[in-house]
Amino acid sequence: MKIQTIALNTFKEAIRDRILYLLFFFAAAALAFSRLLAVLAVGDRVKIIKDVGLASISIFGVLMAILIGTGLVYKEIDKKTIYTLLSKPIQRWQFLLGKFFGLVLTLFIMTLAMGLIFLVIVLLHTGKLEGRMLLAILFIFIELVLITAVSILFSCFSTPILSSIFSLSFYLIGHLSWGLETLIQKTRSGAARMALRGLSAILPDLENFNFKTEIVHGLAIDPRFYFFSALYGLVYTLFILALAVLIFKKRDFV
Amino acid sequence: MAAVLEIDNLYKAFKVGFIPKKREILKGISLSVAAGEIFGYLGPNGAGKTTTLKCVLGLIFPDRGKVAVFGHPPLAAKARENLGYLPENPYFYDYLTAAEFLDFYAQLFGLRKKDKEEKIATLLRLVGMEKARDLQLRKFSRGMLQRVGLAQALINDPALLFLDEPLGGLDPLGRKDLRDIIVRLKQEGKTIFLCSHILQDIEMICDRVAIIVGGRVISQGALESLISEKVLFTEVTLSGIDPADLVDLGEPVSTLGDRILLKVFQEDNIENLMALVHERRGRIHSLVPRTETLEDIFVEMVRQG
Repeated sequence: MKIQTIALNTFKEAIRDRILYLLFFFAAAALAFSRLLAVLAVGDRVKIIKDVGLASISIFGVLMAILIGTGLVYKEIDKKTIYTLLSKPIQRWQFLLGKFFGLVLTLFIMTLAMGLIFLVIVLLHTGKLEGRMLLAILFIFIELVLITAVSILFSCFSTPILSSIFSLSFYLIGHLSWGLETLIQKTRSGAARMALRGLSAILPDLENFNFKTEIVHGLAIDPRFYFFSALYGLVYTLFILALAVLIFKKRDFV
Repeated sequence: MAAVLEIDNLYKAFKVGFIPKKREILKGISLSVAAGEIFGYLGPNGAGKTTTLKCVLGLIFPDRGKVAVFGHPPLAAKARENLGYLPENPYFYDYLTAAEFLDFYAQLFGLRKKDKEEKIATLLRLVGMEKARDLQLRKFSRGMLQRVGLAQALINDPALLFLDEPLGGLDPLGRKDLRDIIVRLKQEGKTIFLCSHILQDIEMICDRVAIIVGGRVISQGALESLISEKVLFTEVTLSGIDPADLVDLGEPVSTLGDRILLKVFQEDNIENLMALVHERRGRIHSLVPRTETLEDIFVEMVRQG
């Protein structure tokens, strides 16, 4: 109940923030631009529209999650609004989860809106309503949820700019970490290989949520992949949130 | 009367700087606040008033010592159910309107919809902000924020109210309003813990005070027991007398036209002065004995501490 109250207030905060509309405007512009790009491109135009469109949703969604997420907790501490809030009978973990769910709700609505614009552009081009695209968008959203948790984790102990850099690094590392697998195979067994294995176990693998290529090209996917990816997202998010709560619980608000 | 707030030997240090250096803010604070009283917590800037409050509210964790609010530790939700807090220089969610802002806090206390609306209307009336009901807080002046801040602190009808510099940023009329509100809350049976360095205001309404300097409570007790009734000096305004004749009787402070403000230190001299004025056919416009005030004690203690 208290989490819900804080979440709704966070949602109100986010939708009254200009940065959200700025990003949404650029996302919409990028989606429209994909149509232009298709005209210029050689080859399958529909695939270009879908590729660029899904990538835009993903990138602008991540920017929203990071730019708003890293400010959420920090702003409360910086503007001292957290003093009055935590003097009410709420627990610190409730506050943090409220913030998290508030931003997740905002991102859900934004992703949905961007997704609808995307579907309409595709519809105008192909004359077909391609519901399968929604599946790719759903996994983009699951990734956004994880990125939100990461942004909130960093904003529990550092400034928005640093947190944004950390979160963006997390995102980039997450999308490049699959390269480690190749590296492991090319390394001779020994200490170096062990270290690489350890690293690949710890680092996030955000490519797990990337079904864009398969879906755009109409390739068949084993349903178990969907299931494991969703489970991976859930477990990783819970882990990050637990870490954030642990840090937040011990903190002095000076 | 039972103590609603008890602080026992509280210590808190912060690490500051790039190479952390320990700075002790609280060095063994002990005090207790009884139900139904207005308790003044006084000290110069940086004495540790707000730090003490934050320990009580569970915003920071003390290094040593114990805090009990209604007998509960500060982090227990039970301790905070019956508590209101107005921070110093309050900043609130500036994207909310006054009504939305109060509504948000009312929801955190689980107030029902009907009670909620009634409560918000009553509180806005109490602090004189009915007209600003649908205005976003970003458009509020400092004094207005202070007022909705107070409304926010009262949303759960708390038994114990913490006010940190509540008179800061208010105009004289606002101060008077706020003082009246505080006294009214006391009459309703609430306990009020008031942090301040504006002494005149405290003096008028506090039952008991504690003076904190450099992280230590250096004096604590009922106001009457701290302030003696002794007359320090008498201020006399008179006219029609040559200032040169007054030098032996007191210390002339200022002259305005033919009016002279004189500080008389010995009580015998008052008699002599009156006789002189009578003899020379001068006039006495006012005669005010100045007893010791909280400010005198405060200044004295800060100097010593």
